[in-house]
Amino acid sequence: MENLIALLVAAPLLGAAVLLCGGRALDRVGHWLGTLLAAASFVFAVVLFTDMLGKGAEERTLSQHLFSWIPVEGFQADVAFQLDQLSMTFVLLISGVGTLIHVYSIGYMEHDERRRRFFGYLNLFLAAMLLLVLADNYLLLYVGWEGVGLASYLLIGFWQHKPSAATAAKKAFLVNRVGDVGLSIAIMLMFTTFGTFAFGPVLEATGQTSEGKLTAIGLMLLLAACGKSAQVPLQSWLGDAMEGPTPVSALIHAATMVTAGVYLIVRSGAIFNGAPDAQLVVTIVGAVTLLFGAIVGCAKDDIKKALAGSTMSQIGYMILAAGLGPIGYVFAIMHLVTHGFFKAGLFLGAGSVMHGMNDEVNMRKYGGLRKYMPVTFVTFGLGYLAIIGFPGLSGFFSKDKIIEAAFAKGGAEGWILGSVALLGAAITAYYMTRVMIMTFFGEERWRHRATASPAQPSAEPAAQTEGAHDEPHPHESPKSMTIPMIVLAFGSVFAGGFFSIGDRFTHWLEPVTHHDHGDSPLSAATVTGATMVVLVIGVALAYVQYGRRPVPVTAPRGSLLTRAARRDLLQDDFNHVVLVRGGEHLTRSLVYVDHSLVDGVVNGTAASMGGLSGRLRKLQNGYARSYAVSMFGGAAVLIAATLLMRAV
Amino acid sequence: MSASAVHSLWTMAADPIDKIDAPKIEYGQLSPMLIVIGAAVIGVLIEAFVPRKTRYHVQLFVSVVALVAAFAAVVGLAARGFGTTKAHIAAMGAIAVDGPALFLQGTILLAGLVAIFTFAERRLDPEAHGNRVDSFAAQAGSVPGSEGERAATKAGFTTTEVFPLALFAIGGMLVFPAANDLLTLFIALEVFSLPLYLLCALARRKRLMSQEAAVKYFLLGAFASAFTLFGIALLYGYAGSVSYATIANVVEGNVKTIDPALADTMGNDALLLIGVAMVVMGLLFKVGAVPFHMWTPDVYQGAPTPVTGFMAAATKVAAFGALLRLLYVVLPGLRWDWRPVMWGVAIVTMLVGAIVAITQTDIKRLLAYSSIAHAGFILAGVIATTPDGVSSVLFYLAAYSFVTIGAFAVVTLVRDAGGEATHLSKWAGLGRRSPLVAAVFAVFLLAFAGIPLTSGFTGKFAVFKAAADGGAGALVVIGVLSSAIAAFFYIRVIVLMFFSEPKADGPTVAVPSPLTMTAIGVGVAVTLVLGVAPQYFLDLAGQAGVFVR
Repeated sequence: MENLIALLVAAPLLGAAVLLCGGRALDRVGHWLGTLLAAASFVFAVVLFTDMLGKGAEERTLSQHLFSWIPVEGFQADVAFQLDQLSMTFVLLISGVGTLIHVYSIGYMEHDERRRRFFGYLNLFLAAMLLLVLADNYLLLYVGWEGVGLASYLLIGFWQHKPSAATAAKKAFLVNRVGDVGLSIAIMLMFTTFGTFAFGPVLEATGQTSEGKLTAIGLMLLLAACGKSAQVPLQSWLGDAMEGPTPVSALIHAATMVTAGVYLIVRSGAIFNGAPDAQLVVTIVGAVTLLFGAIVGCAKDDIKKALAGSTMSQIGYMILAAGLGPIGYVFAIMHLVTHGFFKAGLFLGAGSVMHGMNDEVNMRKYGGLRKYMPVTFVTFGLGYLAIIGFPGLSGFFSKDKIIEAAFAKGGAEGWILGSVALLGAAITAYYMTRVMIMTFFGEERWRHRATASPAQPSAEPAAQTEGAHDEPHPHESPKSMTIPMIVLAFGSVFAGGFFSIGDRFTHWLEPVTHHDHGDSPLSAATVTGATMVVLVIGVALAYVQYGRRPVPVTAPRGSLLTRAARRDLLQDDFNHVVLVRGGEHLTRSLVYVDHSLVDGVVNGTAASMGGLSGRLRKLQNGYARSYAVSMFGGAAVLIAATLLMRAV
Repeated sequence: MSASAVHSLWTMAADPIDKIDAPKIEYGQLSPMLIVIGAAVIGVLIEAFVPRKTRYHVQLFVSVVALVAAFAAVVGLAARGFGTTKAHIAAMGAIAVDGPALFLQGTILLAGLVAIFTFAERRLDPEAHGNRVDSFAAQAGSVPGSEGERAATKAGFTTTEVFPLALFAIGGMLVFPAANDLLTLFIALEVFSLPLYLLCALARRKRLMSQEAAVKYFLLGAFASAFTLFGIALLYGYAGSVSYATIANVVEGNVKTIDPALADTMGNDALLLIGVAMVVMGLLFKVGAVPFHMWTPDVYQGAPTPVTGFMAAATKVAAFGALLRLLYVVLPGLRWDWRPVMWGVAIVTMLVGAIVAITQTDIKRLLAYSSIAHAGFILAGVIATTPDGVSSVLFYLAAYSFVTIGAFAVVTLVRDAGGEATHLSKWAGLGRRSPLVAAVFAVFLLAFAGIPLTSGFTGKFAVFKAAADGGAGALVVIGVLSSAIAAFFYIRVIVLMFFSEPKADGPTVAVPSPLTMTAIGVGVAVTLVLGVAPQYFLDLAGQAGVFVR
């Protein structure tokens, strides 16, 4: 069984290698090959999963040692895999959703001439992501971590002919660099502290390590998680990352890669459990991002950017839960999985809408689409109900548990975090209802366009295939796109309930993450009731604002907060003023020092060497007699020096 | 055992002289030297008896066979364990057969073989009166520019004497690092120096410059030899013997019996110190260390380029071998006296070599100063006084000699109407005209500069590491700084070749015969192999790092 683990990674990796090196000969079959290998990986995952279910809870961990990567004395780095319940959950999510999105992309990317390359990148992403969650040590995890970063960069900038896409890819890459530095420092700290990178020894040894060191490692891991999972303060890249093709947004920037930070924190639970200060920072980051993303999501008119804000906010929930320690680990992962279903479904739905609307992304130019794309409407609607936490659907179970866990943290912290989580639930209900109403209900605002709209910055190039009509002809997407949406909708509806009945998910993950019920000041029923109340308030508010009144096609100026939220709460302005300007000043002064001091010393040295050389050269005058004198003098000095050495 | 043999030598004088034992000569162990010197003698006979037309081929054949056979003999001796376990002092205490000796002899023989190939090159100069000509004067005795010279050229004379001369020089160089007493050392010094003085004078082009170089070399060499000989006399006065082992014993205070004839001088430390300084000076002259380096640029520039390459490589190997043996076998007990002095010599050698090279405009002079700087780097390894120091120097010498011969061989290819175009300005843009030749030369320059993946890096790393381990950290710092300065002018030549516009009247690159191509090819191959996969050779040098005493 263990030998199957490597195949999980190997299948998509092979696909990436073949597709990227294969050349044009594979253009015809490339997408099928990529999808097949992704599906193969999923099949292996299912086989391993059934095998795992057949074993007792404590015997479920499998490991596979492939080879010694860097066998140096005192520095052992192995390529080895570890498959436990936590990685299994991720493997199923990644390969399952990954396969669905491969299928979806067959239809979505049909007219793109670089489709083979797209599937190659997708396979590369799958391989790297699986490596990330299967690694049995932090160094190999880092390889996967960088691999998904690379794939993300390549896919965000897939339409590189658009300057906005190229810029967005670069931005994502650079911001992630900051986080990656955190991970590399964390790994170095681990090596100096524990002498190894492997999960087992590191996490076992946390008990004997000082809290200060654990806090340092924990904060560095958090920095890494912030970069990858778009948490404040490294959140700015996620919105721009929506420049990538929509399947990419669904797979990488909603369901899987952006949740790697949550995986990292939950996997390193033992470190955080020993460092309460680091945990507190994690919860604060989660809570802040939760509100930040939600507020941004309220103001965006671009459907994908609204969803991106929502993703940020939902991952904030997960990070918050992960920061709660054993009370929250299980729920962080559970919300991660249910979110993987409904957010991927929502993005695919958004892609389907765009597909039918000439790649228009501005929701103000949608409206009343439920008649034209019924499948998209239903699946998107189910995803919507799931994310706002409608009773009985996935999000209800997982988000409710996180809110409960936040209160269960206890003390003032518990109250604050719980309230923030509740507030977040209200805002989530508000902005998702807004998206729903603006897209599928109300008047058909796309009908009355006076002239062709100016090219949207995010217009996708597949637009040309629809022809440049003034008016779009909304239509349902092909089967290859709708079937994945339907499958994901099933997950959105039933996954939460399935996991929660009899605390199945808790028992499943408990051997790895451990679980603690905490001590909640509020009863579960009170929390659920409160959640329902804020849910209704949020939906009602949005209905009043967007359902009862006509939606203007051009956005009104809005309040100060709205305008700030449209600008992503001034994240880029902040970065520009603090980082870019500061960086420019720093480099300018460094350049000055370089020119005046460093170059001065260098050039001065060179000039003095040249001068010295010129002078010494004159000694070489060509006369044998001078040479002989030099030798004689040298001999005299040599003898004198030898004698002198004896004398002193 | 050697000590007893030597002891019997100088106690014999007191015995009645009616019975003299025939000296015990281990012909097998001396075979590398005997083969080469024997071939040189045969070469002289060839000059006398073989018709002029066929002499070139016969001489080349004899030389190559002799060098290959001698190398085979060295390998055979090493295989039989003379380099390690069976190290032995042969010929009544005159010649050591041990690891360093065999390693250096092997290096000299291979370098000599490659150099002989460049000596024999006859396709670079245009044919003179229908005869192929090499780098050497048609007739050494003719006055430059005279009617006699023209007649000799017209008659198609060639100076095939260069082959036996080179063989004599190589023979002397083989003895030099193996010499185990001061007289043998001196004889070997003269045996290899005299042919080199002659060879320097034999350039076909720029003969006046060549003769001037030879005269300078001869005068200064004789001057240095005088110092050496005087130092030997002083040391004999101090120890009552010229044998290394005996001197070492006296230095260490192990010998208490005093020869009555030398009662006044024996054990006088002033004699020892002055004598050591003078002998060492003679060796430093040969390696071209500052302040005994002044001859190097003039001679390197004036001598025929194949001879320059041969000298720069093989002489340095032989002289450093002799210096190592002197310092490690004779004077380990005196190292607190000579180490500081050698520190000073190494430092000024590295710095002067590197700094003066910056302003050179002639490629041969540039390489001459580069060889001075390299002498300084090697001295740093010598100063380490550890087994690692010995083996690092051995490795460095092997690596350096092939780079040097290769580099000078490339210099012979770049020519204009006046022969070799050695002025640096003419090398501008060579990389565009002859990318292959320029690339090969760039490899050699990078090796000189000590860039990783070339033998130069491995060698430099080895000697600096040995020096640092031997407690000469400051020396290493200065060595690295000098390397940085030196890198400047090596890289500058590369920049000149590849990033400058070629001149309209620039030189052409001659197409050499397979002989020179072999020399250059071997140089490149050794440079890269010793740079990329040096471990086997480092191990070899490591095993060969112990002197017999």
